[in-house]
Amino acid sequence: MTIFRDMRATFTIAVIGILFMVLAPTVLELFAIINLTTAIALAMLALSLALVWGYGGILCFGQTAFFGVGAYAYTVAAINSGDAATAILIAVVVAIIFASVLGYFMFYGRVSDVYLAVITLTVSLILFSLIRRTSGPEYKIGDALLGGFNGVTAPPLNLPWDRAYFLFPEHVFYVAMAFLIIAYVFTAWLVRTKFGRVVISIKENELRAELLGYDIRLYKLLIFMIGAAIAGLGGVLFCNGVGRVTPDVFNLYNSALTIIWVIVGGRGTLIGPVLGAFGIFYLTSALGTQSTINNNLILGIILIIFVLAIPKGLVPTVRDWMIERKDRRIQRVRERRIRTRRTRSSTQNAEGAGE
Amino acid sequence: MNKGEIVLETRNLSMHFGGVRAVDSVNFTIWENELRCLIGPNGAGKSTFFKCLTGQIRPTSGDIVIRNLQVAGHQSHEISSLGVGIKTQVPNVFDGLSTEENIWLSARRWHNTAHANRLTTQTLDRLDLGGIREKTVGRLAHGERQWVELGMVVVTEPWLVLLDEPTAGMTYEETLRTADLIKTMNETATLIVVEHDMQFIRMISKTVTLFHEGKILMEDTLENISSNPVAREIYLGQRSNKLEQ
Ligand SMILES: Nc1ncnc2c1ncn2[C@@H]1O[C@H](COP(=O)(O)OP(=O)(O)OP(=O)(O)O)[C@@H](O)[C@H]1O
Ligand SMILES: [Mg+2]
Repeated sequence: MTIFRDMRATFTIAVIGILFMVLAPTVLELFAIINLTTAIALAMLALSLALVWGYGGILCFGQTAFFGVGAYAYTVAAINSGDAATAILIAVVVAIIFASVLGYFMFYGRVSDVYLAVITLTVSLILFSLIRRTSGPEYKIGDALLGGFNGVTAPPLNLPWDRAYFLFPEHVFYVAMAFLIIAYVFTAWLVRTKFGRVVISIKENELRAELLGYDIRLYKLLIFMIGAAIAGLGGVLFCNGVGRVTPDVFNLYNSALTIIWVIVGGRGTLIGPVLGAFGIFYLTSALGTQSTINNNLILGIILIIFVLAIPKGLVPTVRDWMIERKDRRIQRVRERRIRTRRTRSSTQNAEGAGE
Repeated sequence: MNKGEIVLETRNLSMHFGGVRAVDSVNFTIWENELRCLIGPNGAGKSTFFKCLTGQIRPTSGDIVIRNLQVAGHQSHEISSLGVGIKTQVPNVFDGLSTEENIWLSARRWHNTAHANRLTTQTLDRLDLGGIREKTVGRLAHGERQWVELGMVVVTEPWLVLLDEPTAGMTYEETLRTADLIKTMNETATLIVVEHDMQFIRMISKTVTLFHEGKILMEDTLENISSNPVAREIYLGQRSNKLEQ
């Protein structure tokens, strides 16, 4: 890992993302576009964990908690206010506040890595079982019935200046993709600022960062809150893609899946986990159409393969391989040049000897 | 023995681990511009004392005063933020980052980016680390990693410097250079150096504090300590040969 990096790769990826955003609706069918919106929402969740775990070194096993809280907060706020823009803002703020309270106790209490993973996972599972029990009519926030096990139907996005105008699924796709690209460029910029560099240094060596005079508790709390904001926004997109939110967003399967995206895509990169989320989303939907092999079994096998054979994850492995190949090419060119120089001088010598 | 303003003082400082009294009611004072070496046999409590001073552990009881500021139990970053440069016994560097990045992160704590860049380059030159500027610190030799850590201390221009075994794992040449560096730092800063290497202490020291079983046994010049029979007996059981060199 290095903290002195430029943004060239980031802009290339952003441009590819914009091209994809513009072109996908022209070639894909509506059903595929709706599906893609859901994948983008999950990619947003992956991006948030890429930041918090991959750069901040915080193994948050319950990143889905913020994703789910964002989705529920959006839904409840949108039902009550009727305005999507306000609801999105509320969802993000609620996710941030939730993370600030949880994070304050964990980081200022100097909870160790393993306990942090356990605590965050437990929080997510507690939300899962709490919200599952909210099926009665008494569980109502304003006009929004939480619906327990069945969840709540999420109102679709509408135009900020015209509440009666609901967006079509393609438009929701544009919004989702735009949010993902903005979040990606933002996080890539963030990890290059002083703040981001200090966060990386804390992952590298907490004690050293403290001895340099950085308050690591504060830095960790802030990166955790930023991660929660992005995950919360992902939750907003998710309930717009799926059309509803259920307590299942908080379940163990989804918590584990988020970790798998990051491991497969590669820690220490932002685009890796994003691609990991897309890849595994489409793999599981492709597998969903067959019934010979159990889906979870295949996911487990993928995880084991990556942990054992490609521990760095896809993107870092490919990147290292490309750097190595480039170095070798430069080396070969250099050797060839030396060889031609040598043969040239030896022919000259031979000619000299002939005279 | 007054030599001006007191920079750091401990009063009845104790650190107990269960029944082990690693630091036991230590009263220690260091004056401005002093260069003090802490010595003592293995397990004497030097590093534990050092960790109390640097906020890595909270002492069981007692006071630590740095420039009239009560700091016992403060966090490491708060103590460092007073302008204290710290190097630990086990090298603590950012192993995954380059030499340059390591030093930059230290400089950036105190200065804006442009100034930090400039200071980083200056420090790399000054410590002759230009050759390993872009190397990943985790892949460097032990002595080089120690120097990277010293670079992180030097670049902040601290007024109080605390070093725990700065020359451990260094070659003789590196040790010589470290002695020079420490003397240069001493021109603008007060230093406390925990050391084992007698040759090295001889190169730099003025006053030496001898720790034994969590207590300060003696505080004197190295000559007087090394000719003292009690000190020889205690410290030096295992390394008397070193002292005689
Ligand atoms: N975290 C701890 N828990 C329990 N005992 C400890 C702890 N740290 C140090 N000790 C004990 O305190 C005593 C002093 O240890 P310390 O590391 O301070 O010695 P030292 O003088 O630095 O030795 P060395 O020269 O080997 O570095 C030892 O007996 C050690 O075992
Ligand atoms: Mg020690």
